[in-house]
Amino acid sequence: MDSFTTPLLAGTATGALLLIAALGLALTFGQMGVINMAHGEFLMAGAYATYLTQQVVTNTDVSVLVALPVAFLVAGLLGLLLEVTVISWMYRRPLDTLLVTVGVGLVLQQLAKDVFGAQGDPVRTPGWLEGNIDVFGYHWPYRQMFTIVLALMALTALAALLKYSSFGRQIRATVQNRDLAETVGIRTRTVDRITFFVGSGLAGIGGVAVSLISGTNPRLGTAYIISAFLVVVAGGLGQLKGTVIAAFAVGIATSFFADWTSASMAQVATFALVVVFLQVRPQGLFVVRSRGLA
Amino acid sequence: MFSPRTRHVIGTVVALTATISLSACGNKDGEGSAAESCVDTSGDTIKLGFLNSTSGAMAISEQTVRDSLTLAAEEINADGGILGKEIEFVEEDGASDPAIFAEKIDKLLTSDCVAAVFGGWTSASRKAMLPVVEANNGLLFYPVQYEGLEASENIYYTGATTNQQIIPAMDFLASEGVETLFLAGSDYVFPRTANKIIKQYAADLGIEIVGEEYVPLDDDDWTTQVAKIVEADPDFVFNTINGSSNVGFIKAYYEQGLSPETSPIISVSIAEEEAPAMGKDVTGQYAAWNYFQSVESPANEVFINAFKERFGSDRPTSDPMEAAYTSLYLYKNLVEAADSFAVDDINESADGVSFDAPEGTVTIDGENHHIAKTGLIGRINSDNQFDIVWSSEEPIEPDPFLEGYDWWDPSAE
Repeated sequence: MDSFTTPLLAGTATGALLLIAALGLALTFGQMGVINMAHGEFLMAGAYATYLTQQVVTNTDVSVLVALPVAFLVAGLLGLLLEVTVISWMYRRPLDTLLVTVGVGLVLQQLAKDVFGAQGDPVRTPGWLEGNIDVFGYHWPYRQMFTIVLALMALTALAALLKYSSFGRQIRATVQNRDLAETVGIRTRTVDRITFFVGSGLAGIGGVAVSLISGTNPRLGTAYIISAFLVVVAGGLGQLKGTVIAAFAVGIATSFFADWTSASMAQVATFALVVVFLQVRPQGLFVVRSRGLA
Repeated sequence: MFSPRTRHVIGTVVALTATISLSACGNKDGEGSAAESCVDTSGDTIKLGFLNSTSGAMAISEQTVRDSLTLAAEEINADGGILGKEIEFVEEDGASDPAIFAEKIDKLLTSDCVAAVFGGWTSASRKAMLPVVEANNGLLFYPVQYEGLEASENIYYTGATTNQQIIPAMDFLASEGVETLFLAGSDYVFPRTANKIIKQYAADLGIEIVGEEYVPLDDDDWTTQVAKIVEADPDFVFNTINGSSNVGFIKAYYEQGLSPETSPIISVSIAEEEAPAMGKDVTGQYAAWNYFQSVESPANEVFINAFKERFGSDRPTSDPMEAAYTSLYLYKNLVEAADSFAVDDINESADGVSFDAPEGTVTIDGENHHIAKTGLIGRINSDNQFDIVWSSEEPIEPDPFLEGYDWWDPSAE
């Protein structure tokens, strides 16, 4: 039984982590069409925010909860800064954005190395996340359940924001037809900035979850960025439903492959699977019917 | 709205990522350089090169080696230098990139004309420097334990080879009555080679290998693999994981209820520097090295005090640092034994040259250019120092190709 439950539960947790990372990308890449290769470094910023919060709030039981809004703010503001200073100048030039943000990512990594050192810093797990529960032979860590809950909460909050708030409607209007949105009085530049803030902030939340797995280190984001893009693309651009399904599918598939073969082979197998899938369905799982003319 | 164009862009993302990773593997060698030495021995100084990464991912480790090399050079100079010549050291940054190591050692040997180079850490950096140092008939002192199976006329290896670290660790496990062993490693040359040796020796010792898992170096999530350790319930876990991936492994290990009471870990890459950085209390876990800060010898006391005085009282000393410190003193003794700075003269009289190092007396093997070292097993205590629980008693003769072990079959899988 545990040869089935272990990869299923561990894979769900991996999928949840990918989902948090991909939600932010689904906004900035999926909704706005901006390829931000520095998104992984916002994850890293979230992890370092967790570490710094633990230096200030020394009660480990509370500090992780305090770290969530802190990480969201830190990563969000970094994203906002990037949007205002760099990305806003190249909205219709996706390839330039890609190259520039790769560079920004490298700068952020080196900055983290210079400030915090290359070794990485330990992040303590709160007492209430220590331990595990036996599910058919798999000692399922509470930390993995916490990641899943965190992902579902981030998803619910984002979906509600997009669907019910007036700001959400403005985002969707801007995505569907920027010119028309402007004519009805939506300040699309402000919408862009807030969208980027929220998308990057979500990466910060992901950083909190990652720091509980491995502490901090300057290269932490690079392990997730490609998989997160893979999830957004496989899910289909411009909506969240596909992203959710793709994130859990990729997470669980990787876990099963790792169980059957090895962790290195699992990455190859999952990539191959997604490539084949995109050959059959290049638009991803779901497509948004857009009224845009482009 | 984004479809055809974005898909094109996605293709570019993939291609770009591939290009970046491929370009990192570009190699460079020093073939074709003049083998004629340009070392100037006429003045009252002698130039030596220190080549360590002071930037990039390896900087945190290699800077500690640079510090102990600097300490050794200052001590030797204060004591009259080498053959009466003061050491003038030229510092270069390998930038954690093997290609840069190759480039810089070429510069050190051919344009700075140093008499010997000290440094390198990863096997990739050593392999990149090897053809350059051989083509120039130079000298390199390499201070880190590694996977063996190499012996160059132009390199002296002052860290352990496998029969001085991996094999003593297995002897220790056998003496503890271990019957089942699980292997966990990063997916690159050192863990793969080490585990090949471990598996063959385990078969000879009658220890059963109940699992073997690898995770890529840049991947920190060990949850799925640790679940397999829980399932296999081994007497011991042999850890050949390197770098930050250790943190993810240790966290997952404790998270799933494992502990030193159930399945203790023996590591070959966790030392005084790394133990406090795990984010978990790792008291009671084991490590195999040839030097611990807790080694009791007069030379070690001198080394620790001098290092703390020079670089700060909070700085621990570790195995690679001690091996680097020792390498400079060994070079001094080599030159004085040969009464010459010429590489061929040094190699000629190298056999048996020794030094009373902090780890104990070490002696050079003139055949394979490695040194005899004592194997030690330490158990981590609550101060993140190691209590030495086992020792090979005598220094172990280096045997990088494991020719003296009849169970070893390099061609077997």
